[in-house]
Amino acid sequence: MDSALLVHRIHFAFTVTFHYLFPQLTMGLAPLIVILKSIGLRRNDETYHQAARFWAKIFGINFLLGVVTGIPMEFQFGTNWSHFSRFAGGVIGQTLAMEGVFAFFLESAFLGLFLYGEKRLSPRAHWWSAVAVFLGSWISGYFIIATDAWMQHPVGYVKVADGSVQLSSFWELVFNPWALWQYAHNMSGAVITGAIVMASVGAFYLLWGKFETHARIFVRVGVVAGLIFSILQLFPTGDGQGRMIAESQPVTLAAMEALFVSQPGAPLVILGQPNVDEHKIDNALEVPQALSFLTYRAWKANVQGLDAFPQDLWPQNVALLYYSYHIMVGLGTIFIAITLVATLLLWRGKLYSARWMLWILLLALPFPYIANTAGWITAELGRQPWLVYGLLRTADGYSKMVSAGNGMFTLLGFLGMYTVLGILFLFLVRREIEHGPVSEISSQH
Amino acid sequence: METLWFMIIAVMVAAYVVLDGFDLGAGAIYLGAAKTNDDRRKILRAIGPVWDGNEVWLLAAGGTLYFAFPLLYASSFSGFYLPLMMVLWLLMLRGIGIELRAHMENPVWVGFFDLIFCGSSILLAIFFGAALGNVVRGVPLRADGYFFEPLWTNFRASGDTGILDWYTVLTGVIALVTLTTHGSLYVAVKTDGELNQRTRSIALWMCPVQLILTIVGLVATCYVQPTVLDNYRQHASGYLIPVIVLGSLGVMIYAIRKEQDKIAFVGSAVYIVGMLVGAAFALYPMVLPASTNPAYSLTIYNTAAGRHGLTVGFTWWALGMILAVGYFALLFRMFRGKVRLEGEGY
Repeated sequence: MDSALLVHRIHFAFTVTFHYLFPQLTMGLAPLIVILKSIGLRRNDETYHQAARFWAKIFGINFLLGVVTGIPMEFQFGTNWSHFSRFAGGVIGQTLAMEGVFAFFLESAFLGLFLYGEKRLSPRAHWWSAVAVFLGSWISGYFIIATDAWMQHPVGYVKVADGSVQLSSFWELVFNPWALWQYAHNMSGAVITGAIVMASVGAFYLLWGKFETHARIFVRVGVVAGLIFSILQLFPTGDGQGRMIAESQPVTLAAMEALFVSQPGAPLVILGQPNVDEHKIDNALEVPQALSFLTYRAWKANVQGLDAFPQDLWPQNVALLYYSYHIMVGLGTIFIAITLVATLLLWRGKLYSARWMLWILLLALPFPYIANTAGWITAELGRQPWLVYGLLRTADGYSKMVSAGNGMFTLLGFLGMYTVLGILFLFLVRREIEHGPVSEISSQH
Repeated sequence: METLWFMIIAVMVAAYVVLDGFDLGAGAIYLGAAKTNDDRRKILRAIGPVWDGNEVWLLAAGGTLYFAFPLLYASSFSGFYLPLMMVLWLLMLRGIGIELRAHMENPVWVGFFDLIFCGSSILLAIFFGAALGNVVRGVPLRADGYFFEPLWTNFRASGDTGILDWYTVLTGVIALVTLTTHGSLYVAVKTDGELNQRTRSIALWMCPVQLILTIVGLVATCYVQPTVLDNYRQHASGYLIPVIVLGSLGVMIYAIRKEQDKIAFVGSAVYIVGMLVGAAFALYPMVLPASTNPAYSLTIYNTAAGRHGLTVGFTWWALGMILAVGYFALLFRMFRGKVRLEGEGY
């Protein structure tokens, strides 16, 4: 591979992966904070307001990191992917600019009120500021997903004489069917992160024997929301997304499943290592005919394998694509199991004293992050070798004027910068968690 | 339609510079003007609830530029690769500096974040000024619409140029001085007592420097990029712009002497808008002049997105802006008045 291309790809992959660690929590926490505040308002219960304030602080730190790591994403469309921007800007400029105009202003204006304005606003007005922040972050998510969905499944465009594509139908772009499924799946994934983080922190306090009233709220809300959204993540959103891939990107589906040979009644591989050179799976643990059923709702249906496509249309990194997809699905299944058992214990009134379950919830914290990241790697690697599916190859999209050396320089800069940010973030969040939910609101700011 | 979007983006950039300009300027004077911890906290509180919203104007202007003139975005962002990446790092450091200082208890780290905030604000002001200088001076565009500039070459403003040369350094310094005044006046408006006095006197010292640099800058611009005068020759009404710029400086000096901080701050905002509108007026319809061959220059016509997209975009853009202006009016209203450390929580 061209070394400049490789540098630009790693540059974007690294910065976007790091970036998305933060928005997935803010987007996931925002509705949960609204729920906490709503209960607090309805029952006139100060404990819920304290709980909401605690999560607002965690939200604030994550939001800050999300903003500062998000700005480079918009820039990189021009700096590192200028040929892509020239090609596709006439279409995806719509969604990217709409994100700025509709989401960023809403989010940033009301975040100030939400974080610093509680004493100035009436409780109801402050609730509205929380709702506005929630809406802003979710609208922002939609426009980014709509942009990515267009790259996965281009619609509403025409090719023009200079070789670029231009918008032909605004509504087709905005209501791209791919975007609707992808958004539902992605946002549900974000709520799982928010819910499991909330439950995990609650479990930590219960095991520690501190802040128990608040901790029970965290565990309760986290576990129930976690169960609801883990199920939604599998069905209908994950299923809908998968069948869309089968329809529009069959070669991607074959690579995700590491199905090298087309066959009727294709098996679903649960575990195993793809051996790309020999076109087989080592140590395979399979469910016979399940892939055919899941894809086409027929046990005997023929599923196209990688052999049905010329090799230059295969995603280049079949092994990583296969693993990230399987990690995502595997973890998603585990989340359903954990939250289901925890909800049953909650229902029986035993959860708060079931230390083994609290330990599981505590240690579950990193896994939704891994699952969400693996999901995005699946989406983006699965689209390869295309940058815009069927229209522009990744190899033709990067900035030809920016040499590998200059790209490497800034990649190293980002590695250093993000290491520092990551350490600061962990330090700050750890301090907030040790500090607990009962304290004066932002007393020092 | 292209002209409309050119004006919209000019307005958005101007809004960004006026708004984020005051918190950048507040950062630039931060270590010098505020000696005690309480004064520093007052400055941070004065910008705390609004700086992030101000910075969003940069993102929104960037997004709108991408949407309306994709080739310009692609060409300039890849051509100015290194300085833009540095701007990104500075923006990150600055955001971290502002927000995390309050989380620090140890005075050593408080001092560290103070330095980060002040230093990154100063450098950003210079970078933004130098960026504008680069756009006015022109860049070595090739026939395919792309270019790449190293950080510096020989510091001459012609031929094989780098990001930094004598002219762009000059525009960088002008930007720093302008934003320093602007930020000082904002802090003066938002505070009282000694901090108010001190920031006002900084602004008073800066104004004459700003006046001299403005005149030097105008002369240097006419020397480096003589075509800037073409539009003014054709439309004599354009000469109103430099008159407004110099007039606003006069108003600023007068108002500062009368201790009318709000009027002085508005004067500074008018000055900034005037300078930017003047530059936009001079460039139009060019958006990035080529130093290699005038035919390679990027204009609003050869970089614009398709007509249908531009037309559709105007509908949602107008709707979005009405909403945004509403939010900001509400936000500034909630946090109006002088900053107090005790009492209301703000």
